[in-house]
Amino acid sequence: MKKYLTKKVIIYLFTFFIAVTIDWAIPRFMPGDPISMLLSRFEGMEGGREIIEAQITSSFGLDKPMLEQYANFWGSLFKGDLGTSIYMFPKPVGEIIAQAIVYDLILLLPAILLSWVIGNNLGAYSGVNKKADNTMMPFFYFLTSSPYFWFAVVVAFVFGVQLGWFPISNAYSATIEPGFNLTFIGDFLHHWFLPFFTLFLVQLGGWAIGMRNMIIYEMGSNYSKYMESLGASDNLIRKYAFRNGVLPQVSGLAIQLGTIVAGAMTTEIVFSYPGLGYLMLKAIVNQDYFLVQGCFLFLVIFMLCANFIVDIVYMLIDPRVRFSFSGEV
Amino acid sequence: MAKREFWKKHENLYFAATNGKVIFGVIIFLSILFLAIFGPSMTPYEYDEFAGAPYLAPCADHWFGTTIMGKDVFTRVVYGLRSTFLVGLIGGTIATVVGLVIGFFAGYYSGKFADESLMMITNIFLVIPTLALLIILSAYLPYRGILSESIIIGLTAWTWTARAVRSQTLSLKNKEFVNLSRISSTPVRRIIAEDIAANMFSYVFMVFILQFNGTILSAVSLEFIGLGPTQGVSLGLIMQNAVNWNAIQLGLWWWAIIPGLILTILIVSLYFINTGLDEVFNPRLREM
Repeated sequence: MKKYLTKKVIIYLFTFFIAVTIDWAIPRFMPGDPISMLLSRFEGMEGGREIIEAQITSSFGLDKPMLEQYANFWGSLFKGDLGTSIYMFPKPVGEIIAQAIVYDLILLLPAILLSWVIGNNLGAYSGVNKKADNTMMPFFYFLTSSPYFWFAVVVAFVFGVQLGWFPISNAYSATIEPGFNLTFIGDFLHHWFLPFFTLFLVQLGGWAIGMRNMIIYEMGSNYSKYMESLGASDNLIRKYAFRNGVLPQVSGLAIQLGTIVAGAMTTEIVFSYPGLGYLMLKAIVNQDYFLVQGCFLFLVIFMLCANFIVDIVYMLIDPRVRFSFSGEV
Repeated sequence: MAKREFWKKHENLYFAATNGKVIFGVIIFLSILFLAIFGPSMTPYEYDEFAGAPYLAPCADHWFGTTIMGKDVFTRVVYGLRSTFLVGLIGGTIATVVGLVIGFFAGYYSGKFADESLMMITNIFLVIPTLALLIILSAYLPYRGILSESIIIGLTAWTWTARAVRSQTLSLKNKEFVNLSRISSTPVRRIIAEDIAANMFSYVFMVFILQFNGTILSAVSLEFIGLGPTQGVSLGLIMQNAVNWNAIQLGLWWWAIIPGLILTILIVSLYFINTGLDEVFNPRLREM
């Protein structure tokens, strides 16, 4: 158990190291010399060039040798200094991101958990019920094939514009003062629902399809047949099949996370929902490279934490992992 | 008689040609491909031309309506489909090939240093969110074309393939015929190509379909963020324009929804081919 976790943590630390290196290297080694492009963009701005140049020399340390630049990059990273945003000058990048990431968590956590639980149950049901299978499966295939942002557009059009039930942009109304009271929370949830619903539905299809296939596979395996021949009830066999089928779904969650996060980013853009995705878009449009790089780093950290949680969950539900790494089997 | 011989020899082809899902998927896929190939010659307009009155709903002159500037949506979609197919083909091929090569070698040398280091790289890239990596790569590229877009997507999408192929290779490499090749000192390259890869042909084909899907989904997301090819038109770009010009709020659903709908149908059709082929290659699933 300890060995399993140690191995994972080493991989994650190494991943973090690589990600920071990529983050450091891209502006320096990409063709087209992005830094001079960045400088020339502020040519016309009154006093802008000096501010940017000072910032770039300080944070990139361009006059120093490469290795020292690299070491400095790590140094400022550990001090929590990700540079200053150009687009929302003079706010530090770290502060802007810390505000945005709250919205991501509020959106992603319920969407991932609910769609995983409901999707797996629907999939398990359609794996044992031919009629349900035939009606639900095409629908699930359609859901899992839709690009997130396209589905967001459809949802916004149907529920936001045609039916007019939900607002389709921002996280709360501009007229309401944010605070911990019922009006604000109600308004917030009202705005939150459609982006959440989009993320929930698109993911649902994938989980259901995966679980359906797993159940069919497990129900055909020898232990199920053996239980059947012993006269075990269908329900009991299904229960065992489900427990086995859930394992690949948990590790599938780790693999799917990247796609889900990407989907959340584009969905936020459609709904102008102020999470990391929307922030990153704003940063790209305004050529705020410090902010883009900061967002990338935070996304990687987010992914690492999420993967680590999935690993722990996997360990808890699969006794084989627990035992094989502690030498008990 | 000759016909019977033929089907007997190509049993899988027979099951594929009689599988409902495969037929359904292939028909839809081919019609969309047809649209991409011949669509541009079916329309009298250019994709950037102001072809008619703005705000037009789908009608006889403009099959998919017009945009807020009066551009013909059908024309834009068919040209966009061309780039989608191209990206899927190039990016999907790169991702499949890289994933296969890494998977084969890691699987064949399992437990050795080569395997450990290859899997380490794979696990690292599995965790780094692909879209974010694509975004920072593209954000710094001053000029972006379809080719560079496909290459960077392909080079970031291979990870799960490498893992899956590795485990398939692991289960094959201790079979007798592989051992026989090994003791007759066949070079590793040939063992992998002739003993292992040849036995995974069906699997590889299905991996390619999934990678094709994944690549076009990544490409469309990238284009939607505004980091697609700097010239020409693509499905993601059409939808980005639509969202930026408030097509949803203005009720121009044909502009915002149709391009994505066609893309979704294309991906669904490929999924159908994939599951259908799964049934063809795994007889156990056929009875379902």
